[in-house]
Amino acid sequence: MATEIDPVPLAVCIFFFALVTVMGFVAARWRVPQNLASIDEWGLGGRQFGTWITWFLVGGDFYTAYTVIAVPALVYAVGAYGFFALPYTIIVYPFVFAVMPVLWKVAADRGYATSADVVHGTYNYRPLELAVAITGVLATMPYIALQLIGMAAVIKALGLTGEIPLIIAFVILALYTYSSGLRAPALIAFVKDIMIYIVVIAAVVIIPAKLGGYGAIFEKADAAFKAKGSGGITLAPAQFFPYASLALGSALAAFMYPHTLTGIFASRSGDTIRKNAILLPAYTLLLGLIALLGYMGIAAGLKVASNNDIVPELFRSQFPNWFAGFAYAAIGIGALVPAAVMSIGAANLFTRNFWKAYVNPNIDHSGEAQVAKITSLVVKFGALLVILFLPTQFALDLQLLGGLWIMQTLPALIFGLFFTWFRAPALLAGWAAGFLIGTWMAWTDGLKPLHTLAFGSTSVTLYVGLIALAINIVVAVLVNLVVPAPRVATRPAQ
Amino acid sequence: MDRNPREQRAGAGWLWWILLIPYIGLLWVPFYNHVEPKLFGFPFFYWYQFMWVPISALLTWLVYRGLDHGD
Repeated sequence: MATEIDPVPLAVCIFFFALVTVMGFVAARWRVPQNLASIDEWGLGGRQFGTWITWFLVGGDFYTAYTVIAVPALVYAVGAYGFFALPYTIIVYPFVFAVMPVLWKVAADRGYATSADVVHGTYNYRPLELAVAITGVLATMPYIALQLIGMAAVIKALGLTGEIPLIIAFVILALYTYSSGLRAPALIAFVKDIMIYIVVIAAVVIIPAKLGGYGAIFEKADAAFKAKGSGGITLAPAQFFPYASLALGSALAAFMYPHTLTGIFASRSGDTIRKNAILLPAYTLLLGLIALLGYMGIAAGLKVASNNDIVPELFRSQFPNWFAGFAYAAIGIGALVPAAVMSIGAANLFTRNFWKAYVNPNIDHSGEAQVAKITSLVVKFGALLVILFLPTQFALDLQLLGGLWIMQTLPALIFGLFFTWFRAPALLAGWAAGFLIGTWMAWTDGLKPLHTLAFGSTSVTLYVGLIALAINIVVAVLVNLVVPAPRVATRPAQ
Repeated sequence: MDRNPREQRAGAGWLWWILLIPYIGLLWVPFYNHVEPKLFGFPFFYWYQFMWVPISALLTWLVYRGLDHGD
């Protein structure tokens, strides 16, 4: 890695960071709301984002900076297995198309801003609402921390040392999110996404041309895995179920997170979401190409201390320095957008489903906005402390568990949209079973995403989150069958 | 919620089944875990999965086109 500071890429990065900082503050005046003092305005951008804004926002928020760093790092290390991100981000969209417009409609009709709002409105049962809200916040915190890891990889590539640059970047992000709300990441997402598209398209054209074409890249990667004795450019039979279950489980979890749901709730219409389910796969194509950077790293003969350095190192070694700076800026800004939306989603949950539910039920719109704004600062500060004072592995482990946890909110959030058979206590029992047993399984496996189930002499290895979801649903069904229905309907009159 | 979206338009219910096709195409890994045939240097494993990006979007568009979407 470069240890001395090269002024050209540093200058390019500072220029773009300054640009998006100005945009972040100006965003408060974008599509002039009368005032930002409500959750609908601050936390959901006025619920008026059309097809294109939603496309940039969800694209910028779902395909995060950490993805750009970590997916190629995994492909670099293990090969084909790391590619599960591609089927994952394809099959997520038919699910979004079928389910999210229904969720949007319930939320828009009744003024809900969070997943837990929807659960409370459907079942009128505070414990289930609280379970969904706490899960959302818990799963989001390490995700924000991961964005900081993505940003730190870029800062390191620029040759900067110490933690001051990371702290400055995050404090600025926190300030404009505080003042502009969701409008800031929505506006910045335009810049971020266009920059990432430019970088990736340049990378997948220029780098293979230097390395002898895609055929040569795959051959060199294949030879490297064979020499290493592990990994490969196709899957081993034992990886079939892990690959498919990781893709399916991740797809089911993806739109349960507060940051992705915030993009859904901020849409103008159900049709906006349906069109996006057709248009967002353009980013999936991009992600697949990004994943290939891992093989390009192998073909270029790069050796890195940490796999997460492979993308910055590839750009540094293959691009002119000004363009490497542009690429670093794209990744760094790519961390800001999701981090902002995540903190807003978590803040909305805290405000609506904890503060309003338990502390001040009579809070007005501007009071809600104030609580949410302060919460967004606290959430970001917490993520920063995690990165500065705890080992990086801690955030990665928590992120793994976060995916398992957030998936356990799916039955409570989604089932009620389509059928009313389940009652809230049964869903709460299912959530608790999936959450606790799943966490226990992951913990005893040494915090690995895969768990092996043995049935007599045969065994199958699956993504632990998917196993936990199955437990969750089975327990919910059993409890619903065993526990008698109350005589009075639990559904609210509203 | 009083209406199931699967009932939005009489006779169009079968359209929703189209959305399951990408799951079948991508989750049964032995279908595509091969190096040959290659395309532009890409092993089959890769170009097959890349190909599903436009196919899945196209299938979703077909369902979209066939539905009432008032909101």
